[in-house]
Amino acid sequence: MRRIEMILSRLVWFVPTMAGLVIIVFLISNVIPTDPVKVLLGENATPAQIEAMRVKLGYDQPLWVQLARHFHDIVSGNLGISIYSQRPISEDLAKRLPATLELTLTAIILSVALGIPLGVISALKRNSLLDHILRVISVSGLAIAAFWLALLLQFFFAMKLGVAPLNSRIDGFGPTPVTGLMIIDSMLDWDMESLHSALSHIALPALTLALPAAATIVRFTRAGVLDVINSNHVLYQRAMGLPPGLIVWKYVLRNALISTVTQIGLIFGVLVTNAVIVETVFDWPGIGTFAVQSILQSDHKAIIGFTIWIGALIVIVNLLVDITHSFIDPRGSR
Amino acid sequence: MSAGWRRGLGRFASDRASALGLALLVVLILAAIFAPILAPFPGDVADFHTANRLRPPDTVNWLGTDRMGSDLFSRILFGARITITIAVVAVGAAVVIGVPIGLLAGYYGGWPSNFLMRVSDVFLAVPQIVLAIAIAQTLGPSIENVILALSITYWPFWARLVFAETRSLKNEVFIESAIALGASPLRVMTLHVLPNIASAIIVRTSIGMGGTILTAAALGFLGLGAPPPTPEWGRMIAESREFLPEAWWYATVPGVAIFVVVMGFNLLGDGLRDFLDPRIRRGARAK
Repeated sequence: MRRIEMILSRLVWFVPTMAGLVIIVFLISNVIPTDPVKVLLGENATPAQIEAMRVKLGYDQPLWVQLARHFHDIVSGNLGISIYSQRPISEDLAKRLPATLELTLTAIILSVALGIPLGVISALKRNSLLDHILRVISVSGLAIAAFWLALLLQFFFAMKLGVAPLNSRIDGFGPTPVTGLMIIDSMLDWDMESLHSALSHIALPALTLALPAAATIVRFTRAGVLDVINSNHVLYQRAMGLPPGLIVWKYVLRNALISTVTQIGLIFGVLVTNAVIVETVFDWPGIGTFAVQSILQSDHKAIIGFTIWIGALIVIVNLLVDITHSFIDPRGSR
Repeated sequence: MSAGWRRGLGRFASDRASALGLALLVVLILAAIFAPILAPFPGDVADFHTANRLRPPDTVNWLGTDRMGSDLFSRILFGARITITIAVVAVGAAVVIGVPIGLLAGYYGGWPSNFLMRVSDVFLAVPQIVLAIAIAQTLGPSIENVILALSITYWPFWARLVFAETRSLKNEVFIESAIALGASPLRVMTLHVLPNIASAIIVRTSIGMGGTILTAAALGFLGLGAPPPTPEWGRMIAESREFLPEAWWYATVPGVAIFVVVMGFNLLGDGLRDFLDPRIRRGARAK
């Protein structure tokens, strides 16, 4: 019962949180003195042209009317037309979202696959040379600027060694779009060439995102395992003669993963943040590149649309994390 | 190995790490203060000598030269000033905004405090850099605007932290007795609550500095920081991109600078947390 209540109350908060987000972003992008109409029409526009465009786009209305209209648009699923591409912003974002999802999901999988085993080993072999090396790497991983790491990987693997492509998402036309995720689509098509191309293109950007995330996961898994391994119930099981491997798998890992799962929600936020930068460096056609392009072109509506999508994505992921958390941690659902 | 011995070793290791962090930061601050004396070519912040462009590191230009032929070592030293200014002012402003909001909201409760915390939740729902990019772009590229964008997006971290700490402290007996003795809310908050949550704030601030420097560098990388020829580290990396892979030192030097400084703040923050936060200290002892 508690679990359902928790989920419901989180769902109820979803609406005001999103509304608040819309208002804040709207105010920020409107209070600020850049005039999108002037930017759009360029230096040579006459005042009459500017005025006509202002009326056409609704910028002549008072702020609260614009805000009300903005809410109405968002609720009806219409984020407006991108000033530059002249296409609906929702359409642009929807087309680009799979690329970002594919990149961030691959990065999450990579970071979990790297971080959890290394964290467990680090804790079990505490204070060994391996543990110290892993700690140095994980502290360093959190101090590297994502865009610099991206450049380093490009430099070594694409430019020097030539084992991975420099940028973009796939060579050729790619597989028939079904899910929009190139890796899965090329498997569905049984198109090995596309699959290879997709995997080699995603390798460097996904690694750039995964390394700092893996560093965080190593730290939390290590701390979690250490906490559990010294607890009374593990001591009891050890005294009862359970094999160490079984204790680690069945009792230590499950308890240690609780804090890691919570971390994954936070990590996802960091990943999306870094994706904005990393996508730009690798020319990855996701919503991060779209956001940076819109920002550089003062496309307010596109920036608002992007922020709302990202905000919604993160709120939803955090909700999923809380639900998962309530299943693996019985304390939360009591 | 006995538990006590292991504990001592862990202490030593963590102290060594925080000492290293502190040392890195002292070097950074000295470099920033004495940049005009230490830099071999202090004029190269603005000057250029195109005949010398893209020279690899040698005895004259210790870290090589950039696309304008300016000495990278000199520019990095002056860049340290910008990095420190941005981090200190932006985080300082975020602390000054966030801590009182968290204190008031945690102390008083009720709908205004709920409202404030909801607002900070909304800020936390969006990645900082997304909001910061939007703000910095619309304000125009300058150091002041980067600082403003970062402070606006960072304050909720401190507000959240202080709110949670204050709320849990409020039910402690010593706070209740201070209130019962007739201490004014202002007195309770500043003399009883604040000193008890100061360590948490200090730790968060030290780690926040590292994050702020990374975000500021990312803004500079995207061209939203100070305009050229300001020797901002993020911008220098962006400029170096087109000269890879030949001019490897050009991208390496500012990248290492950012890494070292952020590392310094993170190590110091970790060390301070072990030292100042009693709950973590208990956890560490259990290990």
